[in-house]
Amino acid sequence: MPSVNPIDASFIQSLKEILPPDRVLTSAEDIVPYSFDGTAALKQRPGAVVFPLTAEEVSECVKLARKNNVAVVTRGSGTGLSGGSVPLSGCLVICLVKMDKLIEVDEKNLTLRAQSGVITKEIDDAAAKVGLFYPPDPGSMKISTIGGNVAENSGGLRGLKYGVTRDYVMGIEVVLPDGTLTFLGNKCVKDVAGYSMKDLFIGSEGTLGIITEVILKVLPRPTARKTMLALYDSMDAAAKTISAIIAAKIIPCTLEFLDRVTVQCVEDYAKIGLPTDVEALVLMETDGHPVVVEEEAAQMMALATANGARAVVAAADEAEGARLAAARRNAFSALARVRPTTILEDVTVPRSELATMVAFIDSVAKKHKLQIGTFGHLGDGNLHPTFLTNERDLEEMHRIEIALEEIVDETIRLGGTVTGEHGVGLAKKAFLKRQLGEGSYELMRSIKQALDPQGLLNPGKIFDPRN
Amino acid sequence: MPSANLLKSLDYSVLQQCMHCGMCLPTCPTYVETKMERNSPRGRISLMRAVADGELEVTKALSDEMYYCLGCLACQTACPAGVNYAELFETARAEVEQAQVNDGMQRGFWRWLSLNVIFMRPWLLRLIGRGLRVYQSTGLEKLMRKVHFFGLMPRSLAALEPQTPQISPQFSDDIIWPEESPQAGRKYRVGLLTGCIQDLAFSNINRDTADVLLANGCEVITPRSQSCCGSLHAHNGELELARELARRQIDSFDLDELDAIITNAGGCGSHLKTYGHLLHEDPFYAAKAQMWDKKVKDIHEWLVQIRFRKPTAGAGVSEVTYHESCHLCHGQKVVSQPRQILNSIPGLVFKELPESNWCCGSAGIYNITQPEQSQKLLDRKVANLRQAGAPVVATSNPGCHLQIANGLRACGDHPCHEVTQPVTLLAQAYRAESPALTHS
Repeated sequence: MPSVNPIDASFIQSLKEILPPDRVLTSAEDIVPYSFDGTAALKQRPGAVVFPLTAEEVSECVKLARKNNVAVVTRGSGTGLSGGSVPLSGCLVICLVKMDKLIEVDEKNLTLRAQSGVITKEIDDAAAKVGLFYPPDPGSMKISTIGGNVAENSGGLRGLKYGVTRDYVMGIEVVLPDGTLTFLGNKCVKDVAGYSMKDLFIGSEGTLGIITEVILKVLPRPTARKTMLALYDSMDAAAKTISAIIAAKIIPCTLEFLDRVTVQCVEDYAKIGLPTDVEALVLMETDGHPVVVEEEAAQMMALATANGARAVVAAADEAEGARLAAARRNAFSALARVRPTTILEDVTVPRSELATMVAFIDSVAKKHKLQIGTFGHLGDGNLHPTFLTNERDLEEMHRIEIALEEIVDETIRLGGTVTGEHGVGLAKKAFLKRQLGEGSYELMRSIKQALDPQGLLNPGKIFDPRN
Repeated sequence: MPSANLLKSLDYSVLQQCMHCGMCLPTCPTYVETKMERNSPRGRISLMRAVADGELEVTKALSDEMYYCLGCLACQTACPAGVNYAELFETARAEVEQAQVNDGMQRGFWRWLSLNVIFMRPWLLRLIGRGLRVYQSTGLEKLMRKVHFFGLMPRSLAALEPQTPQISPQFSDDIIWPEESPQAGRKYRVGLLTGCIQDLAFSNINRDTADVLLANGCEVITPRSQSCCGSLHAHNGELELARELARRQIDSFDLDELDAIITNAGGCGSHLKTYGHLLHEDPFYAAKAQMWDKKVKDIHEWLVQIRFRKPTAGAGVSEVTYHESCHLCHGQKVVSQPRQILNSIPGLVFKELPESNWCCGSAGIYNITQPEQSQKLLDRKVANLRQAGAPVVATSNPGCHLQIANGLRACGDHPCHEVTQPVTLLAQAYRAESPALTHS
């Protein structure tokens, strides 16, 4: 890895010439809380944390870092689950949470423009005020920043019908590794002027540039929604239902599932009256025009019953819908309480392989005597096997490592991906080449090399740079 | 360091339970104000963990941070992993007090006077209360304000003077008998906690509490001259004093003879329910404290649990909104019950308050220790009350009650002009049915 310099006193002095001192943090009490993000068991103390308010300030900081060969890690609210914003020891953290201006909601063009530090939920709230809708809803949307979502290409519960963050980004303002400030994309639905450069930065995890502003596509808000819950004695039956629903030309907005372990944990924790002997619990939602929603909901329930659901219920109204959704909403909380350390994984397989994959994870858990609860998105094959453990139990942590290797190999064998929505960061780095193969792995490294020859932006994330 | 590192001796799994997901951030009033991680629950826990791991010294800056925290526990409601922030925060404050990084002569004196002297001695607290009452009722207070006497005091103290609570003419012991029985059949026997500030400033609310209990078939036992519950001490790093006060409380009730022990102050209730943990190493009190925890019930919680009787008359109020005491909703998870009580009163329209569970800035003695941040939160609350538009706001904690009343008074033209409590409105409704029904 090309060597970088840790921050020193003269560098801090120069930072304070760019930004007022209250936006440059260096004391231990101030920066220890920036040593980690939302990923378990990863931490490194940075050298300083700065809070720019404008893209120009970001650019100045990057130029200074470049001059001094200091590594830069960009961060929003630090909720990432793959270690993407975990600092390098002694590096500069550029935290964008104070760049939080929502600039414009354009009802004529159905776009929304915001600085990177705006909270995802505030984006959708602003859209909702005028009857519009920003669909990507990552689990952390109440605090995650839109810049972080774009940099990680975040997903959410509505992937099957509405896609992911990438599908809503029309333009980005970005600071390149040499400090150049540029805008990629625009409000045009059609635009074929040159390479689609914005797409290169979406999901680049802070390794190619720093996104400072975004133009997002928004949709008319669906006027109706219906929530249903189905219980199954086998995962296969649940998977068959999903295939049948899609074969019937219905694209539900939500198709979420919980496996047996997760259902048991939810019932232990939230006591909502779920039977604990089911193999799968499936939460289904359809949204859109009220008439269509009613029709689709009835069809989905019939298909669930026809494909072997033990029980199917539909919510009469929004409040009851929320009660049905409680099982899914509580899934992660319920799992997180069981043991001190919770490791949330993110393997994804083609939808048709989902039942096979869930059964495989179950067998791995038994083989290595581990507690793994699996829940996730049935509609898009994105699974979240969740390891319940204690990071201080090194022997168990070792067994988890082996189990994870096996799960990753099976995922790749089934034509899947090591990460559906959390990103590679540090957590999935070791598996990337195995999935991509030599050609595309090296292509990625070439792009990194071309844009950031000094290797200063989020070094060591996704992959190690070439020497 | 003078003695063992308290954070190090804490069960490490409590610290480890935080998976730093960040879900607490948007619910934390101090983080939302500054957007700095150290001002968030996740950030503070990482600092505590760094101290426990020996990676960080206990410094003045660390102490400042622990006291910048409101202790509102909104983070506990948001936390997916069930982190016991209350325990962490109390341990961290005890740690910084033990390390004496924060000592100034003046701070030390006021802490000693209030925590070690006044709030440990119920008779002294009430004596001071009586003195204050004389001062307020003889017109001396008005005179002092008129001659700008408080201009002579240090500015920080002078700013607090108008916040002095109005002392009740009579305290709880004067208006509640040690034992009162319901007129109709007795179904339960309960103990009543009268509190300390509650007793001085809101003894009428204690009376109202006794009345609604009586109206619902509860015999009410009210020990004389009750002590502070110790929440003030526990939240300010004086765990030993808190233990002493917990033992006293437990001793003042005959637990075996009571179905429940009723508290009507959100802040006290939240602490009163943790005696089991506080005294878990005490060989004599550990078991009693566990039984105590099971019997302590917030008044609203208890009323709903025993299916309280819906009043048939109104409370003389047309519209009401409700501010949630942090330690009632986040600390005790009592959320729907006060609303059920308000909704049960005939002719009373209940309007939700935007951000009803956002701290009002009172937070124990936070309005004294951190007046600036406290004022910002009060301004936010007052603005939300304006939006709610109800003429009356109900709450259920003396600190919130005083803070909001001060905020509304300072406003002048606010549409909301009265602060009351759900039990008071319920008691008024029962009394309106037939004035003779409730008293024995």
